[in-house]
Amino acid sequence: MFPGQFEYHRAASIKDALDLLKRYGDDAKLLSGGHSLIPMMKLRLAQPAHLIDVTKIAEMRAISESGGKIVIGAAASHDAVANSSLVRDKLGLLAEAAAAIGDVQVRNRGTIGGSLTHADPAADYPAAVLALEGEIKLERDGGARTIKAADFFLDLMTTAVQPGELLSQIAFAPIPTGTGYSYQKYPHPASGFAMVGVAALVSLDRSGKIASSRVGVTGLGAKAFRASAVEAALAGKAADAATIAAAAARTADGIDALGDIHASSEYRAELARVYARRTIQAAVARAKA
Amino acid sequence: MAVVPKFVGERIKRREDPRLISGTATYVDDVRLPDTLAAVVLRSPYPHARINSIDVAAARSAPGVVAVLTGGDLKDKVGGIPCVAPAEHIPFHPLLAQGKVRFVGESVAIVVASDAYKAQDAADLIDVDYNPLDAVSDPEKALEDGAPVLHEEFGNNLVTRALVPNPAVDEAIAKADKVIKFRIVNQRLAPVPMEPRGVLANWHQASGHLTIWTSTQIPHLLRSGLAAVLGLPENRVRVIAPEVGGGFGAKLNFYREEALVAYLSRMLGRPVKWIERRRENLAATTHGRDQITYLEVPVKKDGTVLGIKAKFICDMGAYLQLLTPAIPGFSGLMMTGCYKIPAMSFEQVMVFTNKMATDAYRGAGRPEAAYIAERTMDMVAGELGLDPVEVRRRNFIPKEAFPYATCAGLVYDSGDYNAALNKALEIVDYPKMRAEQADALKHGRYVGIGIASYVEICGLGPSVMLPPKVPGWESATVRMEPDSRVTVLTGISPHGQGQETTFAQMAADAFGIDIDDVAVVHGDTAIVQYGVGTFGSRGLSVGGAALMMSVGKVQDKLKKIASTMMEAPPDQLTFANRTVALKSDAAKSIPLQAVVDAAYGWKMPIPGMEPGLDATSVFEPAGCTFPFGTHISVVEIDPDTGVVKFLRYIAVDDCGNIISPLLVAGQVHGGIAQGIAQALYEEVVYDENGQLVTATLMDYAAPRAQMLPRYELAHTVTPSPLNPMGVKGVGEAGTIGSTPCVVNAVMDALKPLGIRHIDMPLRPEKLWRAIKDAKKA
Amino acid sequence: MRVNLTVNGQPRSDEIEPRLLLVHYLRDVAGLTGTHVGCESTLCGACTVLLDGKAVKSCTVLAAQAGGASVTTVEGLAKDGKFHPIQDGFWEEHGLQCGYCTPGMMMAAVDLLSRTTNPSEDEIRHALEGNLCRCTGYQHIIKAVQYAAEKMRAAAGR
Ligand SMILES: Cc1cc2nc3c(=O)[nH]c(=O)nc-3n(C[C@H](O)[C@H](O)[C@H](O)COP(=O)(O)OP(=O)(O)OC[C@H]3O[C@@H](n4cnc5c(N)ncnc54)[C@H](O)[C@@H]3O)c2cc1C
Ligand code: FES
Ligand code: FES
Repeated sequence: MFPGQFEYHRAASIKDALDLLKRYGDDAKLLSGGHSLIPMMKLRLAQPAHLIDVTKIAEMRAISESGGKIVIGAAASHDAVANSSLVRDKLGLLAEAAAAIGDVQVRNRGTIGGSLTHADPAADYPAAVLALEGEIKLERDGGARTIKAADFFLDLMTTAVQPGELLSQIAFAPIPTGTGYSYQKYPHPASGFAMVGVAALVSLDRSGKIASSRVGVTGLGAKAFRASAVEAALAGKAADAATIAAAAARTADGIDALGDIHASSEYRAELARVYARRTIQAAVARAKA
Repeated sequence: MAVVPKFVGERIKRREDPRLISGTATYVDDVRLPDTLAAVVLRSPYPHARINSIDVAAARSAPGVVAVLTGGDLKDKVGGIPCVAPAEHIPFHPLLAQGKVRFVGESVAIVVASDAYKAQDAADLIDVDYNPLDAVSDPEKALEDGAPVLHEEFGNNLVTRALVPNPAVDEAIAKADKVIKFRIVNQRLAPVPMEPRGVLANWHQASGHLTIWTSTQIPHLLRSGLAAVLGLPENRVRVIAPEVGGGFGAKLNFYREEALVAYLSRMLGRPVKWIERRRENLAATTHGRDQITYLEVPVKKDGTVLGIKAKFICDMGAYLQLLTPAIPGFSGLMMTGCYKIPAMSFEQVMVFTNKMATDAYRGAGRPEAAYIAERTMDMVAGELGLDPVEVRRRNFIPKEAFPYATCAGLVYDSGDYNAALNKALEIVDYPKMRAEQADALKHGRYVGIGIASYVEICGLGPSVMLPPKVPGWESATVRMEPDSRVTVLTGISPHGQGQETTFAQMAADAFGIDIDDVAVVHGDTAIVQYGVGTFGSRGLSVGGAALMMSVGKVQDKLKKIASTMMEAPPDQLTFANRTVALKSDAAKSIPLQAVVDAAYGWKMPIPGMEPGLDATSVFEPAGCTFPFGTHISVVEIDPDTGVVKFLRYIAVDDCGNIISPLLVAGQVHGGIAQGIAQALYEEVVYDENGQLVTATLMDYAAPRAQMLPRYELAHTVTPSPLNPMGVKGVGEAGTIGSTPCVVNAVMDALKPLGIRHIDMPLRPEKLWRAIKDAKKA
Repeated sequence: MRVNLTVNGQPRSDEIEPRLLLVHYLRDVAGLTGTHVGCESTLCGACTVLLDGKAVKSCTVLAAQAGGASVTTVEGLAKDGKFHPIQDGFWEEHGLQCGYCTPGMMMAAVDLLSRTTNPSEDEIRHALEGNLCRCTGYQHIIKAVQYAAEKMRAAAGR
């Protein structure tokens, strides 16, 4: 439970971090909150020779509004996101997901960029970031690209981030007023991660029918996903309990569910359906309020 | 001078707390000696394997490394870990694996380096060539023909078979209205004290003295064990239990690392420290429970239980620790619970499997027994369509019957089981709660009310109840110092129970002095007379009784001296307010200090009397105490997810007289938490191949604050006649009452669905599945 | 490498290995053994300290990451020889038994009390979910936090 040896570098700017990444190549890893990486290093499952700490880069910690978007720096801690008044006002779903992560100590250290890049199948953020259709900015030496959340998560702990790239920020369109949202998770009894977590955004039309919905699911499969079958089943329908239940029943369709001693894949799939129903209901209730 | 108040029975803030809350307490890892080396143990990743070879060359030459040992280096140089409980097959239990590993986590090599980081670096360089063997983790399968055999010399995996036959049970079965049969499991648990184990050994070459600091509940017993294994005279071994961060039975043992680190310190002539990592704690510190029980219960239609017949399969793990095969006996002997059941019989088959050894864990055998008894009562009620309260009342041992000799041959000291049950029912408002439950069901809500009336054994001894090398007596020295302050040296070794406070309360009252004038010393074999230790809720009832014996001796001497000074007969004197006073007239008194001065003076007031005020006593209890109580929980099950929510938790405990209400509440709370954990959350899981699945706290679900209810506590008081304080003990009560109480509540909630029994832990998935299947049927 | 940080108000500068965990730095370099290690896997909270005022599990922070920051450990809670209200609360309400979890519990509670002055029982349970206690069953810990909250409110005149 002691990490192996490495050199520690503190990046002063994004450019600095990219230079270091280039210099040390595969021997280097970016270090953000360290709450996924350091545990792996203690188990010696990861043994990077160089760690590049990105958390002292001011712009990477910033949470701001610009060009009609809410921009979250990748090194913003879960606690900062959960308690930012900007995020709570305009991106409440993200704040709810952030507040549901781990425990207060984990939230004080862990960061959104680290969480997304680590892509733990049981992480909370991915469900919300998918539902909110976040735009993820990846920088590399000599350029940057922006990638949609839907294209970011590739597989179990695998994302679109390429070697040499750094995730600098995630931008979101604010949640329109009148759109209801909710994030709810079933915490793993031992680790606190999401055995299942569902993020839902629902907007209603004048007649009270569901105009649009976006449902992100985490914990169930190897990677977080948008439950498009559920969204389709909701579209244009009355926002009543029967509709919601019928739509939520499709949450796990086509997903290869994970299983462990606390929840088999069959049970996890059921949890996903139950939590989808509950979050959509909560989102609808908020949309109506 | 200010009046000195009474302390016993009062809400007293603990004496031990200031050092603990200021961060200045000293646990093993906080002891700092210059030049200390750090040890890291390399452990087997395989449940069962032959070791073809171990290459330590790279590790030996790694930076900072001072020594690397493997099993071969120790062969014939040290003894093995002792098991003092009788068993047919007791294998040699080496400090490092000898040619074969038998469970995941078994120690294979130990590396000593300048610091733990470097020791870990070097341990990573050790190359062990294993030849994996088939393993067996299911104790019933381990008994089958053709199962992999752990210890070839025995030919099979049987540890021992214990039989307590009684033909009366079979007669009862033959003539009963009904015989209820079922199988229940007390799953394997990990004690998980928050401080893992740890050892620091310091060999003093010139004097041939070994000092060892270790996180233990039994410093003296450990000293005896260590001396024997290392071939040292006992008077050259000093064991210190510094601050100990919880034990729960897991530190009532003698572990490989304690001997290894001592051996290394002697070999290297330097202090060596080993601190257990949590992964090691989950893999290589004793586990608890792990019993399967098949029950046959003959009953009459009116709910009278005529007997209990049981067969136990007890999983001992791969080796036997200090008391491993002694634990199941308590489960058998106590399974008739608080009931006047005329006959019982049992057979226990103890088995080797490729897992860590089991041993004492909070309650040690009695939680299993209470679980059997209380699930039985609910089964009986369920099968006969009776109220669980009624079935309990019908079978209770009546209060007039105490002392009561059970059919298992135990003598219960005192009890009033109905009183505790009634009080609990009153607090929960039973009729109203049942009405609410029925109403909830109409709305599709599954609410359950669970009752458990338990009785348990506390105050272990007497010595005949325990193996010879773990006696049941306890010792205490009381010394009134020349300034009339008191030092208590106790043979118990508290680690959270608070006896620095309770013993100070008792001594202060006895001498009419302030609680601050009493110092309680424990846990150092060089300072404290030989003692036994803290386990089995014996600290107060046995250790406290020894204390009171010594207190009495010092009091007698003080009174004799004072009587010459006051010209009053000794039996007319009492202690109050730092004086020795006439019982009949407190105004007639002399300062305690004057009497103490005389006792330490150059000229004793009574010719021939020895100077000084010092007494040592050993208390051998005449019997165990049997605390009891009733716990009631009210739960609601979410049928969609199977999640259990607590609505109420009520505990009425009777632990005899209460010295410190605050500390009693603390013990009960902690016990309930651990008992609920068994009912709902915790289980050590090995897969069928013997791989440890719950290897970290990421998988082993020790409960957090929001997973537990608020406890509502109450007491009845039935003093024990067996010790002068009338106390019974309370360290394990909460654990013993809560497990069956919660399981009964969950099963009660699911009764309308026709669900009869689900084995612990009642994970949501199991409940969800049972509900789903029941609804389908 | 060299690390400069403030521990309990005292600036320090030490030569360390980059891989040194903050908890080991505090215990072995700074000699402050009040911060305990219960799992070294971020799950028990025994190692909780305040890093720039916020509770963190110091077994999962590198000492190097704490460079430039200010760390408060249990040893830094008492001021002018007087216990912090949270310490008083734990003592008064019997919030500890073996005491091993206690320093970490108290630091997590201090973080909570810096965010809210009058937490409900539920909020306290939630705020302490990163900390395991095996002895107390938590009830007295909750009372201890409530006691401290009340005392702190009284002191602040609220
Ligand atoms: C006890 C515990 C409980 C937890 N519970 C939960 C939970 O309930 N829900 C949950 O969602 N998470 C949970 N987590 C995980 C936590 O949220 C982590 O903090 C998070 O997953 C990783 O973020 P980090 O900033 O700590 O990343 P780090 O550990 O620093 O990095 C993780 C990975 O991302 C890479 N990386 C980091 N930053 C960047 C960047 N800017 N660009 C590119 N690559 C980068 C690193 O190189 C590394 O590979 C828990 C963690 C712990 C220890
Ligand atoms: S030791 Fe850090 S959380 Fe357990
Ligand atoms: S007091 Fe012992 S772990 Fe909390």
